[in-house]
Amino acid sequence: MKTLILRTIAPYLSALMMIFSVFVLLRGHNDPGGGFIGGLLAASAFAIYGIASGVASARRAMRFHPMAIAGSGLAMSVLAGLASILFGVPFMTGLWAPPIPGIEFELSSVLFFDIGVYLVVLGAITSVALALEERDDE
Amino acid sequence: MESASNPYGVDISQAMIVERVALADWLLVFPVALPLLAAAILVMLRSRPKLHAPIALAVIGVVLVSNVVLLSRVLDEGPFAMTMGRWLPPFGITFVADTLGVLLATTAALVALVCALFGSTSIDVTGKRYGFYPFLLLLMTGVGGSFLTGDIFNLYVWFEVFLISSFGLLILGSERAQLDGAFKYAILNLVATTLFLIATGLLYGVFGTLNMADIALKADGLREEAPLTMLATLYLVAFGMKAAAFPLHFWLPASYHTPRLVVGALFGALLTKVGIYALLRTLFLLFPEEGGALSGVIAIVAILTMIFGVIGALAQTDIRRIMGYIVISGIGIMMAGLALGDRMGLAGTVLYAVHSMLVMAALYLLVALMRKAGGTYSLSELGGLYRSHPLLAAMALLLVLSAAGLPPGSGLWPKVMLVKSALDGEGGWLAFAILLSGLMTTLALGRVFALAFWRPRVDGAVVPATPLDRSGMFALVLIMVPILWIGLYPEPVLAMADAAAASLLDPASYSLLVLPAGGGS
Repeated sequence: MKTLILRTIAPYLSALMMIFSVFVLLRGHNDPGGGFIGGLLAASAFAIYGIASGVASARRAMRFHPMAIAGSGLAMSVLAGLASILFGVPFMTGLWAPPIPGIEFELSSVLFFDIGVYLVVLGAITSVALALEERDDE
Repeated sequence: MESASNPYGVDISQAMIVERVALADWLLVFPVALPLLAAAILVMLRSRPKLHAPIALAVIGVVLVSNVVLLSRVLDEGPFAMTMGRWLPPFGITFVADTLGVLLATTAALVALVCALFGSTSIDVTGKRYGFYPFLLLLMTGVGGSFLTGDIFNLYVWFEVFLISSFGLLILGSERAQLDGAFKYAILNLVATTLFLIATGLLYGVFGTLNMADIALKADGLREEAPLTMLATLYLVAFGMKAAAFPLHFWLPASYHTPRLVVGALFGALLTKVGIYALLRTLFLLFPEEGGALSGVIAIVAILTMIFGVIGALAQTDIRRIMGYIVISGIGIMMAGLALGDRMGLAGTVLYAVHSMLVMAALYLLVALMRKAGGTYSLSELGGLYRSHPLLAAMALLLVLSAAGLPPGSGLWPKVMLVKSALDGEGGWLAFAILLSGLMTTLALGRVFALAFWRPRVDGAVVPATPLDRSGMFALVLIMVPILWIGLYPEPVLAMADAAAASLLDPASYSLLVLPAGGGS
């Protein structure tokens, strides 16, 4: 789909969607949102970019193979669960770092688990989407 | 730590586990977490397939060791449980290490190790790039999780995990026949999984809990009003289909001969046995009375599965297809123990499951080596392997005897137990069917041995004594060790199977283990 309008707007649209996906991911801790839906948004950003500018440039924009991204996310989630081995609590227990005075941000293993989910969904769905788009191009 | 996790001074002991978890309890998580982590890392290393085999072998080795340590701990100190995320059961997802689950998980890890070793040379670089080892590790994750979880919905999740990775393994190579087989396999397994999900939804509606220990506690109080027999029947159909029991077995011979043989070995060894395991848990732990009421149906299914499975094996000439039917026939024998439902019968089923995992994996690997030595899968063309590959012939003979339930293989003892249990009870027909299917298995596999090994080639050619690849032969020898060990010195495994059967017949102690306080409200 090489229309001028889409090709012009797609990079901006994709960038906006990526920012929004990170926003949804981070807000998901206490509000609606989270890793899964954030990952879907990010995957659709790459899908749109791939439709507008071709799969090759979408793959270049990702730098890593989508499946490698999914793998890194899975590894991160498992490690976030395994972190509780150090504190004498069961697997997958949420751990919070002590709050830093003056900064309203709670660093936790739950956050890393969710980022892992985000990357798994992003990688897996983009992998499927780009493969299907490649089939269309032929 | 205590203050960090409880900054508001709330009493969390009502909702959360406050005791410190011993490091040794973590053994329960490793069979699931380690292969999952390794699979993720191998996916990241997808462009370097040379690294896959060593990493996968190392991780599976560690998982096997941790399973063995776990097993010895369960045998010494009794079963224990761990509830994830620190939430008190029944709210958190519980993993339970009891003899049944850990014994099967250990056997599964051993089979996975042997198959990973076999795959290191028999799977080409393309197959490795497409993800043989990540899929193998994910399959292990799913199978290990199924054996260790104490939560019925979590069991469903693990079923999905190994189902999805089995799709990937099935189409490794993307040949036409593979896609055809994978389609049948996928559709029928999705039907079974959906039935499982529907049953679990219904169960949650009735019980309001998914923790197996909690369900077992509550079943007594709900027996008057709730449709528990229907639930038990739904689980019987869903898991019976997974286990490839007659008349829902037809997906197995339609698909198991299509993938690479090492994948066939994994499937034939592990997947159907998970179905049997799930039947043991649901019909004896969750719904003992309803399972007892279904025993007549199960007995008929068992007899038909045994006999039809082995008749199929007799009718085939493709050695891959013969092994598929031998898997089915073994499922019938395990179902016989389910139908008998006494301690010796159940112990026979557990022991047969261990035996079947080892022997089916070995038989599929044997088929792969026979193909390499003889150049074909067809029994009408194979021949003369006895002269060219004597070591392979010796192992083939031992495996044939073992699969047929004759000494010195591991198949003898579970069959003896099942037949004794059947004759002690009212199961004369079951005993007859087990013995008949044993005879027919001897014929079916004896035919393979006689035609492929003893008989000279039909065209008169001499089979060249091509050396088989070393890691393949080593893998086969490695898996022969436990088969012969169980056959010649069955006492330790017999004791484990007996303990597993005893705990299946005692749901109250299982519940007490997970829910010491007597369950949620």
